[in-house]
Amino acid sequence: MGFLSIFYALLFYLAAGLLVVGVGSKIVQYARTPAPLKIPTTPAPTTRRGVVLRIGGEVVLFTSLFKSNKWIWLFGWIFHFSLLLILLRHLRYFTQPVWWWVALIQPFGKYAAFGMLFGLAGLWARRFLVDRVRYISSPSDHLMLALLVAIAGSGLLMTYFFHTDIVGLKAFVLGLLYLDWQPLPPDPMLIIHLSLVLALMIVFPFSKLLHVPGLFFSPTRNQVDNPREKRHVTPWATDASPTSGN
Amino acid sequence: MANFQTPEITEYPVIPLLQEGVMKHSKPYMAAPKHQEALGFPGGLVDNWKEVAIDKMGELLTKYRSLPVFLDSCVKCGACTDKCHYYLGTSDPKNMPVARQDLLRKVYRRYFTVAGKYFPKLVGAVDLTEEVLDDWYSYYHQCSECRRCSVYCPYGIDTAEITMAGREILACVGKGQKYSNEIISKVFVIGNNLGLPEPALKDTLEGLEEEVKEDTGIDVRFPLDEKGAEVLLITPSADFFAEPHVDGLIGYAKVFHQAGISWTLSSYASEAANFGIFIGDYDNMKRVAMRIREAALDLGVKRIIVGECGHAWRVAYSFWNTLIGPFDFLDPRYPAPQHICEFTYDLIKRGALTLDKSANDHRVVTFHDSCNVARGSRMGDMPGGQFVIPREIIKAVCNNFHDMDADTIGEGTFCCGGGGGLLTDDLMEVRVKGALPRMQALKHVVQEHGVTHMAAICAICKSQFSKVLPYYGFTMDQIIAVHQLVGDALVMGPKQ
Ligand code: SF4
Ligand code: SF4
Repeated sequence: MGFLSIFYALLFYLAAGLLVVGVGSKIVQYARTPAPLKIPTTPAPTTRRGVVLRIGGEVVLFTSLFKSNKWIWLFGWIFHFSLLLILLRHLRYFTQPVWWWVALIQPFGKYAAFGMLFGLAGLWARRFLVDRVRYISSPSDHLMLALLVAIAGSGLLMTYFFHTDIVGLKAFVLGLLYLDWQPLPPDPMLIIHLSLVLALMIVFPFSKLLHVPGLFFSPTRNQVDNPREKRHVTPWATDASPTSGN
Repeated sequence: MANFQTPEITEYPVIPLLQEGVMKHSKPYMAAPKHQEALGFPGGLVDNWKEVAIDKMGELLTKYRSLPVFLDSCVKCGACTDKCHYYLGTSDPKNMPVARQDLLRKVYRRYFTVAGKYFPKLVGAVDLTEEVLDDWYSYYHQCSECRRCSVYCPYGIDTAEITMAGREILACVGKGQKYSNEIISKVFVIGNNLGLPEPALKDTLEGLEEEVKEDTGIDVRFPLDEKGAEVLLITPSADFFAEPHVDGLIGYAKVFHQAGISWTLSSYASEAANFGIFIGDYDNMKRVAMRIREAALDLGVKRIIVGECGHAWRVAYSFWNTLIGPFDFLDPRYPAPQHICEFTYDLIKRGALTLDKSANDHRVVTFHDSCNVARGSRMGDMPGGQFVIPREIIKAVCNNFHDMDADTIGEGTFCCGGGGGLLTDDLMEVRVKGALPRMQALKHVVQEHGVTHMAAICAICKSQFSKVLPYYGFTMDQIIAVHQLVGDALVMGPKQ
């Protein structure tokens, strides 16, 4: 067990911990903060079931984005869908034996990296080519895209050019999970790929990637449109004195 | 007329190229100390404004879930950038919804997030400076809180919520807006936005009774403070005298008359509009709304019906039950509150009204969905009822109706440009420019279908259009109340 293996093992725990605690505490913050008034954007569903369908549509199909801009929708959706496939494909490094459906999507997952790059390229091009999007972009927006492009790129290079010791890698990953550490194959491309992924996990809770939990907590999307039928009350708001200011 | 240029209506809608800072000079007058204080705000800019502002932001972040979620979640995708009528009309990039949010977000990042504390440049975080505060004052008063951006954002980020927070912080450091705050204090003192005292109101209503009598030969009543009436009507005070609003009021009165339902206005709560929502202040909004509960209890009515007013209907439909409910003292067979369009539509469906559509044959009508009705409330019992019901009413009373382009109506409707506390002469430039997308869509149906009138159900829309239509080569009387159309088509007298 070399220094490298120990370093990456520790870094993996740190990144995973930060990701879980960071995003978890954001979720707790969102959940605890009251939404004192009904503000769903209409036409809003009038039942809980309708709300689940609405949010489901946003998560799976990006319905609002589709309404607003077909290009962003296309690039954004392809990127996210590819990313999902890739993530699921990577489960094979974390499971023994590999689940049948992970094996099934494996071949598609491999090509998804191209989809991911295509989507990211489109999104990034907009940041340069469309003056409105250029105006609203800050360095972190570019960095985030750069990070994702580098992750996809290094992954692709490994798949097609710099093959890595997959068996060794899987042993390392399973070792992390079962607290029985194994050496990390010292391939440079693998190290680069892994480092970038860990960096992404670390910045997640501090960045705009919070749109992932945010989507579920957005009051304009997750509220039921029934204010006349059901009284909506929040403690601080109920106590607010209507005669204050006099 | 004014020292700015009315934008040109092009053949097709265009997304303008950015012109940084072109609207920075546009600011409303500041609220006078006495109006600030009446609302519980400091009279002028406080010395420690920076601390007060950051504290207030911290407080709001714990009171409204929308704020932390919206401030964290934006991915700067740009989908909202071309959705705001103020950006489309002015080309000022800070009028793009995401950039408007960023004015607050930059400061939020700096003081409330790890990334902004340690890497401000990287994530675009800035200190709260006088310049930032100035930008807030300019650009949070160039948002009509119309919520169009929220429809198109993948996370439903509602810039109106951010604008409200921005304005509330501004009011708390002493930089309140004259128009809204003065009106709220008038409501507290006199009962309505116009400062119309009870005797004047009574006079006006008597005048209207005479006018309708002359027109139709029938005694249509306009009752005030009548205890035991079945319905309390809450309507914007513009309905009491200004054109075209007053014709809407005459329309409601005729409908009540024909339906044989007793109703009354209240001199204590003679105003539907609740400007509390414009300044984002919960206490003031609740206090303004409370008058309505008190009036309903005092008069012993069984139902509350709200007249043609956009923000008022949003507050009534979405917030009243929360703010001043429960309405368990009203007749449970009717929704509380009910919109006048729901009421009239129900009568039409039941065949309770005799309508002569040909009375409106000299008009070709289109309908402007008012933003706060379209995107903040509902009518009837199905999602989107607020789009269907007013149109069904118009079709029941007019032979000629044409909708404007599909992406400029319904949930995607363009604001009139004067909502959200901007309906004041000191903001004329932004009002005129912000009306551009609506004017474009209107021009299209005028040319294609010979539309002569645009009907609306919001007092602000009606006032705003009367003022800005002439800038675009239309006439001010082309805006009309939906209930004027109803009133004109209604065959008065015993049911035939
Ligand atoms: S709420 Fe309306 S006015 Fe305000 S930024 Fe959004 S679209 Fe523009
Ligand atoms: S659409 Fe929403 S996420 Fe995209 S830039 Fe606008 S506010 Fe941000």
